[in-house]
Amino acid sequence: MTHLPTSSFPALLVGLPILLATLSLFFGSKGRAVVGLAGSLLTTALSLIAIAEVTRRGTVIHILGGWDPPLGILLRIDPLAAVFIGMLALVGVFISLYAWWYFRVREADTGGLPQFWPLWLFLWAGMNGLFLSNDLFNLFVTLEVVGISAVALAVLSGKTTALTAGLRYLLAAITGSMAYLFGVALIYGSTGTLDISLLGQVLEPGATTTFALLVITLGLMIKMAGFPFHFWLPPAHSAALAPVSALLSALVVKGAFYILLRLWMEVFGVSLTYAAGQLIGVAGAVAVIWGSWQAFMQTSLKLIVAHSSVAQLGYLLMVFPLLILAPGVTTDSADWLSPAWTAGIYQVISHAFAKASFFLSAGIIIMALGHDRIESLRNLVGNMRITAMAIGLAGVSLIGLPPSGGFMAKWMLLKGIFLSGQWWWAPVVLTGSLLTAGYVFMLLRLAFAPAREMDTFRPVPKSLEVVALLLAIGSFLIVFPADFLIQFLESSAVFGSGIEPIMEGGEYGNN
Amino acid sequence: METTSILPLLILVSSLIPGILILLLKEEQVGLRTFLNLFGAVAKVSLIAWVFAGYLRGEEYTFFFSLALDLTFSLRVDQLGLFFAALSAVLWLVTTLYAIGYLEGGMHRRRFFAFFSLCVTASTGIALSGNVLTFFIFYEFLTLSTYPLVVHRGTDKAVEAGRTYLWYTIGGGTILFLGVVGLFVLAGPIYFGQTEIIASLISDYPTQLTILFFLLLTGLAVKAAIFPLHGWLPVSMVAPAPVSALLHAVAVVKAGAFGIVRLVYDVYGVGVAEKMNYLNVLAAFAAFTIIYGSVRALFQDDFKKRLAFSTVSQLSYIALGVAIPGVLTSTGAIVHLVHQGIMKITMFFAAGNVAETYGYKNISQLNGIGRRMPLTMGAFTIAAFGMIGLPPVAGFISKWYLGLGAVEAGSYWVVLVLLASSALNAAYFLPIVYRAWFYEPEYEVSRLRQSGRLEAQALLLIPVVVTGLLSLAAGVFAASAGSPLSIAREIAEKLYMLL
Repeated sequence: MTHLPTSSFPALLVGLPILLATLSLFFGSKGRAVVGLAGSLLTTALSLIAIAEVTRRGTVIHILGGWDPPLGILLRIDPLAAVFIGMLALVGVFISLYAWWYFRVREADTGGLPQFWPLWLFLWAGMNGLFLSNDLFNLFVTLEVVGISAVALAVLSGKTTALTAGLRYLLAAITGSMAYLFGVALIYGSTGTLDISLLGQVLEPGATTTFALLVITLGLMIKMAGFPFHFWLPPAHSAALAPVSALLSALVVKGAFYILLRLWMEVFGVSLTYAAGQLIGVAGAVAVIWGSWQAFMQTSLKLIVAHSSVAQLGYLLMVFPLLILAPGVTTDSADWLSPAWTAGIYQVISHAFAKASFFLSAGIIIMALGHDRIESLRNLVGNMRITAMAIGLAGVSLIGLPPSGGFMAKWMLLKGIFLSGQWWWAPVVLTGSLLTAGYVFMLLRLAFAPAREMDTFRPVPKSLEVVALLLAIGSFLIVFPADFLIQFLESSAVFGSGIEPIMEGGEYGNN
Repeated sequence: METTSILPLLILVSSLIPGILILLLKEEQVGLRTFLNLFGAVAKVSLIAWVFAGYLRGEEYTFFFSLALDLTFSLRVDQLGLFFAALSAVLWLVTTLYAIGYLEGGMHRRRFFAFFSLCVTASTGIALSGNVLTFFIFYEFLTLSTYPLVVHRGTDKAVEAGRTYLWYTIGGGTILFLGVVGLFVLAGPIYFGQTEIIASLISDYPTQLTILFFLLLTGLAVKAAIFPLHGWLPVSMVAPAPVSALLHAVAVVKAGAFGIVRLVYDVYGVGVAEKMNYLNVLAAFAAFTIIYGSVRALFQDDFKKRLAFSTVSQLSYIALGVAIPGVLTSTGAIVHLVHQGIMKITMFFAAGNVAETYGYKNISQLNGIGRRMPLTMGAFTIAAFGMIGLPPVAGFISKWYLGLGAVEAGSYWVVLVLLASSALNAAYFLPIVYRAWFYEPEYEVSRLRQSGRLEAQALLLIPVVVTGLLSLAAGVFAASAGSPLSIAREIAEKLYMLL
């Protein structure tokens, strides 16, 4: 790894948001928001420049303090990390803009909540660090930074519901971290290294490795709210303030998925079996059906959107069974790997845009109505046409209708499913789409229904509505750079790779 | 001669751009909105005429760009597509005029006209799609852009109808999606007309391709309202008259029927479809739907509902014609795409006129209406005769070719179905005609039409007269060059020449 070109961008991507977050603490309420927004813009700009650097030079690394691994810490941006950083920056900057107006409007009843800004910048730094880390322990640290700032953001409003949900969130986050850390300790004990690239070469199959894989997966599944560990997500995400809900649902959960994906594909190949892939796929499939159904049954907007996240994350887990090949299949002959990876990436990105838009729209509706019970959405189209349009477009992307990013994800997922012959996943994808259509159109149906006397919409700044709409449009526009994006990703070693399980049969048979 | 041309794209843009612009206008900007609408409609008709002329000279128009990765967006002009596009465009122009009159002073007209334009964009997109993927994109787009029109009135009943509509169409779209991806994986991106791809694969993958055929067919059958997937159509009649007229008589339902034509003729090919016995299944469902729709129509007193069930029945003529192989039946099926469209839109216009002018929505209220609205009911009568299959109206031509072709193919049972259907058509349309012209009117004298005044607003009257005359002309001049029949015949002959 150390032979790769070095660059200071990886360090800057973590350092700049931390620096700005710290700086903002020196300011009062108003100044903190200004620094926070400026910091968001700067971090976005930096992220884009860093990505441009990667497209030009390929994977770049930065060795902190000049100590080579395994002693020192190495940060690297490969194309996969760059894509996640780009998603974080693009969605994050819109959420920042929204938050700027949101907290100004709510200054009267909340005091402007200036703590949002440093916490959000810390979260950003943590996420960037997470995407850049190449070291198991480092990943733990970033997971903690992300987890703690996320919990703090979730309880920002100080309301009882938020605090209760936040506590549950905290417990889940800690349990997840502990499980993960336990797995890391086992790995370190047996190999003496934490470096991901090194581990990919030296890790030996065996009981310890399998157990480590198990607890690490468990920990990350809890963190990404994978079924059946999704229980904490709906209350936490729905009770938070709108910009926070958007951050948590659109971006934060993707961090744990990113680690899970990297570790499974880059480290644990030796211990994975076909059955393991199928098993996590089943968890994903159940999440898709269960989450969508739960969303369909809710009566408050934010709970619908939160349950929808459980389902949409399920699609991500359904990629794994396609990446872990059946015994006897070689990666060269598996022509579904590239579609499966593309499906995963597009699901991550399009869900980020669509879900952020959805939660921000929900926030606008709460501002206008004072609550988010869906029966009050009647005549939303007449009252807030931009928000109605944002919900419609974001919903269409979540359903996966053409030509949205969600369509791209579903198309590629189905293509991968057919090519691999694992046709049993296809009904799940379709049922998920139908149920998603069910709750999206349940909302739109109300939006078109005639108004009732009792619902009055208070005016809401147009700028908030426009930000939500732009994110929804973004979930469509991301289809167009697909050629470039996938070509870029293909220059990363991990993208398009598959696991050829060495062992057959039992949990840890001999090779 | 294969050159890239933006003309097919312009045909789509001519309604897409007005649709988007109208959405951005203010509700009060009636003049500008009407201008945009009519400009788009006229532009679309002219562009299609231009392309048609070019096509006849032997020019080919294709347009494509890579949407992303292996997904290619492709528009291509062929005779069948142009035929359907021309139908949509001409009827859009007529219906736009009608809608301006019909909705005058109504609510949310901006939204209405915007989505109306988007619907037409989708339906011309379906017509001009060059490959399966592009077809699918527009097919879904049509579902979405029609929804706001179905729920336009915003009443609980409309909203409920919208829900039914969506369950059917989204469900159908999902099944279609499965078929489209499956086909893509197995056979690559199929462009319409490349039947040789499936023909070469059918011996290796008979089971898979059969499953895919029926997935695709099911997805299309929802919009084509083939039994048992027709349930959304009668319910959707709650939409305003212009919507029922253009979308639920022509654009949406034809998208399904046209899709079936494409699927059998241009994707799988008649040869494969016949050899694998797909056509027998299709024929059975189509025949049953023809009878079933007619029987249901008999018992409807709601004028629009009766027309809706009649649509269910009449649409399956197209599927039936496709399902019986032969030049003559194909001609009948293809020409019925147009004939059914102009006749049924006439009837919906007439029903809308009566409802708008006198508030009568039920057939039992129509006593003597012909004396008050001679032009409207005259046009309706022509269309009704056509539906029954009386010469010289357009519908006769369709039925004649279907029957002749069935005899030629040895499928005598089809003739029985056609005869039974015609009898039923007569049984549910003639009472309306008879009631309108020969019953004593029950109205009070004060509501008598004053001489010198039109029986309805001009904008409501002109469209119905125009389409009524078109239904007649399509039948009378069927033998002359450039008539729908001669074009349909040419398409069918080309199709079977290749076999």
